[in-house]
Amino acid sequence: MEIHRFEKLWLAASLVLILGFVATVVYGAVGAGVAMVNDDGGTVDPGDITASENFREPGVYEAGDGEYAVYVEARQFSFRPGSSQPIEVPADTRVTFYVTSPDVTHGFSVVGTNINTMVVPGQVARITTVFEEPGTYHIVCHEYCGAAHHNMQGQIRVVDQSQFDASATGPAAIDDPAAEVSD
Amino acid sequence: MAYVDEYPRAAKIARWEFGVAFLALALGGVFGLVQALYRTDTFREALPINAADYYTILTGHGVLLALVFTTFSIAALFTWATTRSLERPLASNRLAWGAFWLLVIGTVLAATSILNGFVPQLPFESSDVLFTFYAPMQAHPAFYLGAALIIIGSWVAGAVYFLTYWEWRKDNPGERIPLQTFMVLTTFLMWYLATLGVAVEVVVFLIPWSLGLIDTVDPLLTRTLFWFFGHPVVYFWLLPAYLVWYTVLPKLAGGRLFSDPLARAVFVLFLLLSTPVGFHHQYVDPGIPEGFKFVSMTNTMMLLLPSLLTAFTVVASLEHGARQRGGGGYVGWLRSLPWDRPAFSGCALAGLMFAAGGFSGMINAGMNINYLIHNTLWVPGHFHLTVGTAFALTIMAIAYWLIPQITGKRLQHRRLAMVQPYVWFVGMTLMSNAMHRAGLAGLPRRTAEPMFQEAGSAPFDPVVGTVGEMRLQIAIGSTLLFVALAMFLVVMFGTWLGKSGAAPLAVNGSIPDPLSGPEGSPRVLDNLKVWTAIAVVLVALAYGLPIWSIISDGLLTPGSPPIPV
Ligand code: HEM
Ligand SMILES: [Cu+2]
Repeated sequence: MEIHRFEKLWLAASLVLILGFVATVVYGAVGAGVAMVNDDGGTVDPGDITASENFREPGVYEAGDGEYAVYVEARQFSFRPGSSQPIEVPADTRVTFYVTSPDVTHGFSVVGTNINTMVVPGQVARITTVFEEPGTYHIVCHEYCGAAHHNMQGQIRVVDQSQFDASATGPAAIDDPAAEVSD
Repeated sequence: MAYVDEYPRAAKIARWEFGVAFLALALGGVFGLVQALYRTDTFREALPINAADYYTILTGHGVLLALVFTTFSIAALFTWATTRSLERPLASNRLAWGAFWLLVIGTVLAATSILNGFVPQLPFESSDVLFTFYAPMQAHPAFYLGAALIIIGSWVAGAVYFLTYWEWRKDNPGERIPLQTFMVLTTFLMWYLATLGVAVEVVVFLIPWSLGLIDTVDPLLTRTLFWFFGHPVVYFWLLPAYLVWYTVLPKLAGGRLFSDPLARAVFVLFLLLSTPVGFHHQYVDPGIPEGFKFVSMTNTMMLLLPSLLTAFTVVASLEHGARQRGGGGYVGWLRSLPWDRPAFSGCALAGLMFAAGGFSGMINAGMNINYLIHNTLWVPGHFHLTVGTAFALTIMAIAYWLIPQITGKRLQHRRLAMVQPYVWFVGMTLMSNAMHRAGLAGLPRRTAEPMFQEAGSAPFDPVVGTVGEMRLQIAIGSTLLFVALAMFLVVMFGTWLGKSGAAPLAVNGSIPDPLSGPEGSPRVLDNLKVWTAIAVVLVALAYGLPIWSIISDGLLTPGSPPIPV
């Protein structure tokens, strides 16, 4: 079988391109440390999401070492916290989101950032991020979840650490005053 | 002698299959226009739907176009390609009609339960679950049953091609499989393997669950089974277009296929690599370890290889054709191609758009940049270039060439046909480009209303242009697409009304031999058993552990009860 010279060249160039793509992702993961959604959030019972160790009453918690943990329940058709009241977190601090759903599949994506995960009932999506800029960020449910899916949205308010500490609501759990402040 | 005279019974089956496909295309196209106008807030008051109906429309659009139009068109094309290239009638017309009716019944069940969303008088209950039907959102059982019948119907259709091939093999021991049949068989082997995922999802889990026979299903498991099928299905759409680009397009360009062995190698690669990649649709799913996502990404990137090779061969064949027609120069030969013949221009433009779709697909495939665009409008922007154009426009284009051969009727409204592919091309350029950019700015897909309309909130911040300008482009683009679709349907309808034998057909169905034939190539290329076995092993490697880790805590846990829409 004769393979034309140009065919061989093209084949070689294609393979180089493919290897290049894989290499950039490897570099991103190993070198630049881009973390991706994983299975480390664990599982919960969709019928009772706070029953297991893997999820807590929705709200913002101080997680020690100046880090924060935010537990978000995504349900038809709101984020708790996030929709009726913004999630408030300090800037320049590691914040880890834990998101799960007691009903159908949702999405949790923060416009203009790399935060983008599916929210699958039974699974806890865990994403860590640092908001460098104070300001208001918008949460979008980007998976169709029912007739009012387009209304499912929320906000994150990122404020300076000093303002966060002074603020009346923070760092207490926002939607649920009964929840504990510290971890 | 036209195809219809040689194989009247196969031609009849192909005609009916195309007929249903084009009906689905027409209805799906109307839905496409309505939803594009609705979500861009263009003439919204004049549209007959509200925001909740939007999802009924979207479910109809996805199911009718991505499942029904495609499957029927593929069955028609493959019926023609198998009989033509084996030079014999189908092994069993009865079975082929059986497949047709299974597909029709499946379509009617699914479509009725979807349309119930706006016409509650129809039987069943509404099933606004979109064509991905992620549990625990629950559709009426008729929807799942319909989906199952469509899959089973496609299996039976494929069995007929295999039976026909085995008959041929008995009469032609030791001969190389004719190229088109080779493509049909490898496509279907891939399809049998891929549909196992969705068949298990629907038959083992969703149907019993929607009937109340089991209480819960594990949403991550059913979702994973869906995507086991959900990526290879795109190759089920694409490979028929490749069949046309490899075997018919060079002839339409005035030349011959460059290399038969390379075409075979490409189809073998697709058989091997199409299925063990589904996790790339689940890059941002919780519950799946990063390592498995990485393996699937590497396989996905390898899948670029057969498509890049196809680009080479198709362009080389076109250039050969153009030079046969007297073209010259480095790129000057492009001008010598028959751009006024819609069968040619449609396929060529479809191929061009597919190249663009391939680039946006490379972005989707990158595990990390995927975070930027996952579930944004970028994604429909991407697949309207692939299934929505590479496949759909190729089918429309080849219909201009094939419908006369399977009906014996001369093509009508030829001028309309001549401009139709260009209108589609312009419309799709506008719509898809705006969708890609809107996705980069973060606009979600599958969303009826423009979000964040309240005063002072402008979270979507495009790099170039404005959200308003993108909406306008989507609205204009989709209107042009709809016009192009209407033009196509007028041509088909006019041709169908025409009299057979009234005028000589302007097409002939002969296909010249490739420049380099299969003779010198390794015989193992034709050994379908070997390739199938390797494909199965690759799938077991890619899916064995992840599926095990999902089901190890129980098949139905963590479990969700049905949540009807
Ligand atoms: C008249 C031409 C068409 C128009 C105007 C159109 C318009 C649209 C729009 C605006 C969406 C996005 C809706 C959303 O995410 O909110 C969409 C989705 C989609 N389109 Fe099209 N489309 C057309 C043709 C096609 C064709 C030919 C195919 C396939 C053969 C196709 C397959 C799909 C699929 C699979 C979806 C995704 C549905 C979902 O997200 O569940 N479309 N279309
Ligand atoms: Cu939602």
